[in-house]
Amino acid sequence: MDKIIVKMKKEVREKVVEICNSFNNQPGELINVLHKTQDFLGYLPAEVQELIAECLHIPTAKVYGVVSFYAFFTMTPKGKYPVSVCLGTACYVRGAEKILDAFKKELNLEVGQTSEDGLFSLNCLRCVGACGLAPVAMVGDKVYGRLTPADVKGIVDEYRNLEANA
Amino acid sequence: MDTVKLTIDNRAIEVPKGTTILKAAQSIGIDIPTLCHFELDGLDVHNRPGGCRICVVEVEKRRNLAPACVTECMEGMLVRTNSIRVINARKTVLELILSDHPADCLQCAKSGNCELQDLAIRFGIRENPFIGAGHEMSQYQVEVSPSIIRDMNKCVMCRRCETMCNEMQTVGALSAIERGFPAVVSTAFNQHLELSPCTFCGQCVAVCPVGALTEVDHTPKIIRAIADPNKKTVVQVAPAVRVALGEEFGMEPGSIVTGKLTAALKALGFDYVFDTDWSADLTIMEEGTELIGRLTKYLGGDKSVPLPILTSCCPAWVNFFEHQFPEMKNLPSTAKSPQQMFGAIAKSYFAEKINCKREDMVCVSVMPCLAKKYECSRDEFKVNGNPDVDYSISTRELARLIKMANIDFASLPDEKFDSPLGESTGAAVIFGATGGVIEAAVRTAYEVITKKPLPKIDFEELRGLEGVRSATIDVDGLKLNIGIAHGLHNARKLLEDIKAGKCQFHAIEIMACPGGCIDGAGQPLHHGNSDIVKARWEAIYRADREMPIRKSHENPSIQAIYKEFLGEPCGHKSHELLHTHYFDKQTTVEVDLGK
Repeated sequence: MDKIIVKMKKEVREKVVEICNSFNNQPGELINVLHKTQDFLGYLPAEVQELIAECLHIPTAKVYGVVSFYAFFTMTPKGKYPVSVCLGTACYVRGAEKILDAFKKELNLEVGQTSEDGLFSLNCLRCVGACGLAPVAMVGDKVYGRLTPADVKGIVDEYRNLEANA
Repeated sequence: MDTVKLTIDNRAIEVPKGTTILKAAQSIGIDIPTLCHFELDGLDVHNRPGGCRICVVEVEKRRNLAPACVTECMEGMLVRTNSIRVINARKTVLELILSDHPADCLQCAKSGNCELQDLAIRFGIRENPFIGAGHEMSQYQVEVSPSIIRDMNKCVMCRRCETMCNEMQTVGALSAIERGFPAVVSTAFNQHLELSPCTFCGQCVAVCPVGALTEVDHTPKIIRAIADPNKKTVVQVAPAVRVALGEEFGMEPGSIVTGKLTAALKALGFDYVFDTDWSADLTIMEEGTELIGRLTKYLGGDKSVPLPILTSCCPAWVNFFEHQFPEMKNLPSTAKSPQQMFGAIAKSYFAEKINCKREDMVCVSVMPCLAKKYECSRDEFKVNGNPDVDYSISTRELARLIKMANIDFASLPDEKFDSPLGESTGAAVIFGATGGVIEAAVRTAYEVITKKPLPKIDFEELRGLEGVRSATIDVDGLKLNIGIAHGLHNARKLLEDIKAGKCQFHAIEIMACPGGCIDGAGQPLHHGNSDIVKARWEAIYRADREMPIRKSHENPSIQAIYKEFLGEPCGHKSHELLHTHYFDKQTTVEVDLGK
């Protein structure tokens, strides 16, 4: 077997190395490094985990162990319009599960998936601090409150139209 | 020493401060059950996650039950290890573990040697009130590599394998991944082991309490080869096998069973029963000559000579430096391991001698090792796709073959290895223990360099079980600095010293497994009893003392093969058959420059 070479873009490599450096390449900072990297890239692909392991001098298996343990970290790229449905207590008791089901049906996606055209991804989160508006969902940074399942199609169409007119 | 007094099951005892309840109880004959806990005293192996909770005990004035394996004894403690509360709790813990564990014990490779099965028997589990969601959720594919089979549906998350891989071996192939029912120990991205930095040392298999990690079983292929009238079967046996195989048949650890082992292999029907010790002697001729060659050049003023020379017998160690230190791959001796030297000679010199075509010969090795399975599958050890060694089986697999063939091992009369690849020396048998290869090399190098007989054959200063050892051997005025490491975390320390230029050694022996091959991953399972490893270690040196010839270069059949076939050590023919080269297997992240 020969050497395994993993390729990545120059700007991604430089940014990830910069993030690792900003934490002094300390193995104990792994979770912070992963947070910053996911903030920047939107997800944590395998080659990025390899690079982080190299920078922090820890096995790639350990990095993957952490990435696969926490629901927050993802290895699938998020869509251009990431949909997050709040499943926190307040939203949950006010029917968040039905909202989530409506998004699943409308987008034809399961939680954690991204649509083939890369436009939408579907995720859950726990509380955005807008419990008064429960149940709540977010698309990107925009918050939609007091939702009913009937509202879901309209929200999705808003972004579909945005794309169509772009 | 500070001590504490406590009471366990109404018995008052005094133990050193820091002792765990588990150890204290063991010291008075109370056997608290454990599952995740694993220790190998004196060999620096510890796994104490306190995770499985099978070992819980009741401590008076403590609200919750305490895990005995990680709870230290305190002054005045009142401990109950068998109250009804404890027994019920243990049983529930066990039922919960079993609820997420396949119940296919009859077909499991670990059946009869499984620590979870032992617990189920001990607690009389007849039915299980819990139905684990795991039966639907944790469905991992069984993965087969050249050495190791991973069936993660059977993983109980004791994390012993992870400890061995990361702390003992510093290989870093394994980590706990996922959470909840799907949580198992696996590789990065749950990829195939062959895509990870795994060295196939197999120490994960050696400590796995259940059937999650087992060795690839070649016994059916061997039965078929023996039964095939068109095949000539040739078998070789590694040094460490002869001091451990007896354990599988109820004999005392440390029994030397060379004669019975030979008789059993003949009874199984192998056409030729030979000895890896023979090729260990050959290894010394090649590796020793290479050492002397490099040293002579160096002392002659050529500072570009790659030193220290590192031994290359251990295939897991070879995998380790190929993955982790590829920039140093010019340092190890180019000599093949004894297993591969044997295969190369068997399928050339010996095949010619008995007039057998290469493809009609099946070469089998019995090894204390799982990395040997991987080694014989490497492409550079094949000729036109035909491997020099067809199958490598572990000591455990050989024991299974013997049992399957109705052979009463203990009552077998002693027999001798066949000629000509069966004659060996004491120098070869010590290959089985840490420090043995370098001692054998020194015995020969001394006499070749000085042309004088050794004043003392036993180099006590090279022996022992400390992880890193060093000694200076006086070779007639030439001070030879020797380093020894076993367990790959110790090897890493030495390699980092070499890299930093802090190393004064001329030669270093490295073995991947703690203790050397005697505690290889293919040996009978010792379940954490380090006395067994120590008994094997003593037996290796006893076997050396019992040999009439104890220096490799004095082996008459080795002398004969150089005269008849090979010519000179490190000569043209040797290079062709007995030497190899190494690869860079490191995973690196590079910038994609586009197309």
